[in-house]
Amino acid sequence: MDSARVDQIIDKHGGEASSLIQILLDIQSENHWLPKEALERISEKLQVPFTRIQHIATFYKAFSLVPKGRHQVHICMGTACHVRGAQRVLDTVQDLTGIKPGETDLDLRYSLETVNCLGCCALGPVIEIDGDIHGKMSPARTADALKKYE
Amino acid sequence: MSKILLQIDAKEVEAKEGMTILEAAQDAGIYIPTLCHHEKLEPYGACRICTVEAESRGQTKLVAACLYPVEQGLVVRTRSEKVDKIRKMILELLLAHAPDSRELQGLAEEYGADKDRFEKEASFCVHCGLCVRYCAEVKKKFAVGFVNRGARREISFDPVIAAKECWNCKECFPLCPTEALQAAYVYTEALISTLPRF
Repeated sequence: MDSARVDQIIDKHGGEASSLIQILLDIQSENHWLPKEALERISEKLQVPFTRIQHIATFYKAFSLVPKGRHQVHICMGTACHVRGAQRVLDTVQDLTGIKPGETDLDLRYSLETVNCLGCCALGPVIEIDGDIHGKMSPARTADALKKYE
Repeated sequence: MSKILLQIDAKEVEAKEGMTILEAAQDAGIYIPTLCHHEKLEPYGACRICTVEAESRGQTKLVAACLYPVEQGLVVRTRSEKVDKIRKMILELLLAHAPDSRELQGLAEEYGADKDRFEKEASFCVHCGLCVRYCAEVKKKFAVGFVNRGARREISFDPVIAAKECWNCKECFPLCPTEALQAAYVYTEALISTLPRF
C-alpha cells in the first residue's frame, strides 16, 4: 500500500482525529494489515500521538500489525463443532497450509484463526473462509474448499 | 462557587462544587489511600484502592473517591468494614502482579492483606497508568503508552521518542507504585531495539 493511497483514505474522512478508527479499518480491509509507515503517516496527518494509535491498533482484534493472507480461514472450535470433529478439520487445514492458528503462510495466501462459535451449530463442523460459511466439513471436503481460494 | 456541606467519617467538611470526595477529604486532613492518583493529572479511577462508602438520599454506594463529585449532604465512610474488605481484596490481587512493591506491602499490612493469596503473576505493572498519563498530560511527549488489552496489557515506549526525550527526563520512573522497575525495564528494551543489530 503506497502512501498516496493512505493519504487518500485519510482525506476521505476529512482528516479528523475522531475518525482514527474508521481510517484504520479502511486500511485494514484494503491491505489486510496495518504497516508501520501507514500508522506513522496517520499520526502525522491527524496529529495523534503514535503511542495512542499503537494502543488502539493493539486493542481491537480487527486490526493486525503483521501481514495477513489474502484469505482469512476461521475454524469453529465451539462445543457442537468440537464433538462433531472440528479437531480433525483443524489438523487437515494445518497439514495442508503448514501454519498454526494465528499464523500466515509465506505466500500470504491463508491466515488461520480458531473461533469459539459461529452461531450455526447445526452445520458443524463449520469453517468460514472470507466470510463464506462451509458446513458439515470432513477432512476431504475441507481440502476441496481450501483449494477454491487462490 | 457554591459551598457544599458533607460528612466524611462523622466530620463535617466544607467543599466547593466540582471537587471530588478525595479532594474534600485531603483538605480536611482525612487520609484516603491512592495508587493511580496524581494531583497534576486528570482523575483516572484505575486502581479502586480509594473506594469509599457514600450515602446520599438513604442509598449507600461504593464509589471511587478520586472520581466521585461531592454533593450536598453526602455521608462518606472511608474505613467501614465493607470498604476495608474491598481494599484488602484489591491489594491481594495487585500484589499477585507486583509482590515486591513497598507501597503495596505497606498498605497490605494496614488492611491485613495476604500477599501470597493468589498465584504470583509478576508483571511488576499494576496498570495505574501514571507513567503513561504523566508523559501525555504533563510532558506532552507521548513517549510511553499502553499496548494490547485485558490480561495482556502492558506499557511500551516508542523507541524513536524514547531515544530522544527520555534519558533527560525519567520523571515517570519515581511515580511508579511498583518501584519504577517496570518502566525502567521497558525503557531499556525500547532503547535496545533502536541499536543496530549484529
